[in-house]
Amino acid sequence: MNRSARLVEIVAAHAGREGPLLPLLHEVQAEFGCVDGEAEAQLAHALNLSRAEVHGVVSFYHDFTATADPRPCVQLCRAEACQARGVEALVPAAQAAAGGRVKLHDVYCLGLCSVGPNARVGDQLYARLDQGSLVELIERA
Amino acid sequence: MTVVRISDDALALACGADAVAAAFVGAGCTVERVSSWGMHWLEPLVELDGKGFGPAVPGDVAAILNGTSAKAIGIIADHPFIARQQRLTFARAGKTRPLDLADYAATGGWAGLYRARSIGAPAIIAEMSQSGLRGRGGAGFPAGIKWQTVASAPGDRKFIVCNADEGDSGTFADRMLMEGDPFQLIEGMAIAAHAVGAGQGYIYVRSEYPHAIAKLNAAITLAAEIIAPFTIEVRVGAGAYVCGEETSLLNSIEGKRGEVRAKPPLPAHQGLFGQPTVINNVLTLAAVPHILSEGGAVLYDSHGFGRSKGTKPIQLAGNIRHGGVFETPFGITLHDLIYDIGGGTASGRPVKAVQVGGPLGAYIHPDRFDLPFDYEAYAGADALIGHGGVVVFDDTADMGKLARFAMEFCAVESCGKCTPCRIGSTRGVELIDRIRGGATAGGAVESLPQMHNAAKTPRSREADIELLEDLCETMKFGSLCALGGFTPYPVLSALRHWPEDFG
Ligand SMILES: Cc1cc2nc3c(=O)[nH]c(=O)nc-3n(C[C@H](O)[C@H](O)[C@H](O)COP(=O)(O)O)c2cc1C
Ligand code: SF4
Ligand code: FES
Repeated sequence: MNRSARLVEIVAAHAGREGPLLPLLHEVQAEFGCVDGEAEAQLAHALNLSRAEVHGVVSFYHDFTATADPRPCVQLCRAEACQARGVEALVPAAQAAAGGRVKLHDVYCLGLCSVGPNARVGDQLYARLDQGSLVELIERA
Repeated sequence: MTVVRISDDALALACGADAVAAAFVGAGCTVERVSSWGMHWLEPLVELDGKGFGPAVPGDVAAILNGTSAKAIGIIADHPFIARQQRLTFARAGKTRPLDLADYAATGGWAGLYRARSIGAPAIIAEMSQSGLRGRGGAGFPAGIKWQTVASAPGDRKFIVCNADEGDSGTFADRMLMEGDPFQLIEGMAIAAHAVGAGQGYIYVRSEYPHAIAKLNAAITLAAEIIAPFTIEVRVGAGAYVCGEETSLLNSIEGKRGEVRAKPPLPAHQGLFGQPTVINNVLTLAAVPHILSEGGAVLYDSHGFGRSKGTKPIQLAGNIRHGGVFETPFGITLHDLIYDIGGGTASGRPVKAVQVGGPLGAYIHPDRFDLPFDYEAYAGADALIGHGGVVVFDDTADMGKLARFAMEFCAVESCGKCTPCRIGSTRGVELIDRIRGGATAGGAVESLPQMHNAAKTPRSREADIELLEDLCETMKFGSLCALGGFTPYPVLSALRHWPEDFG
């Protein structure tokens, strides 16, 4: 199935919702890896919104991206509680391990603030990271 | 057959609980996956006949089963960390399987809802007011008054919205409640719906919480018949901190940019889709079933300190030896929390500062650790309780860097509606850099001929600090919401107590 037919399906699946744009964008992002201009235009048309309105929403939220990034992604928490537990000291080694192959993405709190430093890969969470275990996590990603 | 209990809370999973559970299954045991007791330094915590072992790894299984494990902590319920608490909202923590309706009913589940239905809406609201419950999301607004406003507001439809955006670093009680006791939240929302006449509820959960989202969705399906005709839908946030602000959250559910709305109108009058809406934090709503059970309101009101009634699930986080959730009546001091209960820093080094109330909360100096946990006492000390996160820093913390981080966080997360927050935060980062870097030369913009009022000579450090204080003043009084309005708290508290960290 081509992308635009799939998008029609996604829109139909959320037709019963009130205010369906965010759930739609999540699904589009998950399926296509991004919400690009083409998807924006199609969603705008389907929901009877202007393209600008949809773009305004897409660009507001950190979870939606305009272009797809095929690299594996490791989210590293760099919020205060993880800073207090030493995450900043791990960052240079993590960046070196990630290189250009892995996308190292900063996030602000995973809700595990008593056992940091913490990371997330997909829906999998990792706690009590030290340099060795974080580098290993990135290399395996 | 031997039954062991291991949590399936996200934190336990992150610490390796699944591998430990699999090892027990491999050893022929039945493993019950329960909620977490909230003693995070011990996760994965294994419970066998009421006794605890942790933090466990798969290699510990044989020793735990034959009684020789060095990781034994004795009877879990008697552990000082648990025994010192007064658990009302977290009464089931560690004890029940989160998605087991029989476990829930056997521990008093739905009693509050059934009683609420029998006493009727006005009596529910009266008991809510009597309990003294104040919003647990940060602002501490009396829940009974909010519900009363929605109940008497005219509207075709009304909504119950649960704020589960929990964006503050150092907080995880909402997450633990949603994962560990989702029916209690659902029951609280159903009671609220009955009180104000709402037909539809939404739980807005941040996307960083996939496990909570899954548990809630499963629990809503299981409880659908019990709460009918009321229905609940989970909505997932999209990584914007400001969407925890209630009006921004409503815009987000409506599918708009998460921009903050000016008040009035209050959400209680014109909230979601323009209709009267109760919006409450997870812990506010989760406290409701207990309050609505027989005699619950009076009991709730009997706990607490001053005008801060009931219990508060405090979250001990950051550089602390015994981190986790500690539910206690208001009034406890930071000293007791950090040293007696938390065991000091995890690193073993001296405590330098504590941030209470998330990224917008003040950094508190050890001189003030006698401050009682109370909305008014904190407000009086230019600090805030917020969602009750306590983040401990040891003496390696660089308070100037943390002040800069606070401004940067505000700049990144600002919804952009007002200038002091949107622009001020960026200027704040630059100013702190300049103060810390010791370079006080006027910027390129300031040297332009059309900048008549800007200083042409380099500013002194004192002048830069004065400017930063001035900027904070402007943000504090000129911002529409607490993101811009409270960012000055961490910045100014760091500057005031640790000026040596600013270069
Ligand atoms: C920037 C910002 C972020 C907020 N984040 C949250 C949050 O994550 N969770 C929450 O319950 N309240 C949050 N609040 C407070 C809400 O605006 C609101 O006061 C709360 O949801 C009301 O519920 P309560 O009365 O039960 O506390 C935030 C406020 C601001 C200004
Ligand atoms: S203070 Fe900041 S986040 Fe709040 S409304 Fe203004 S711009 Fe938006
Ligand atoms: S601060 Fe890192 S998980 Fe909360």
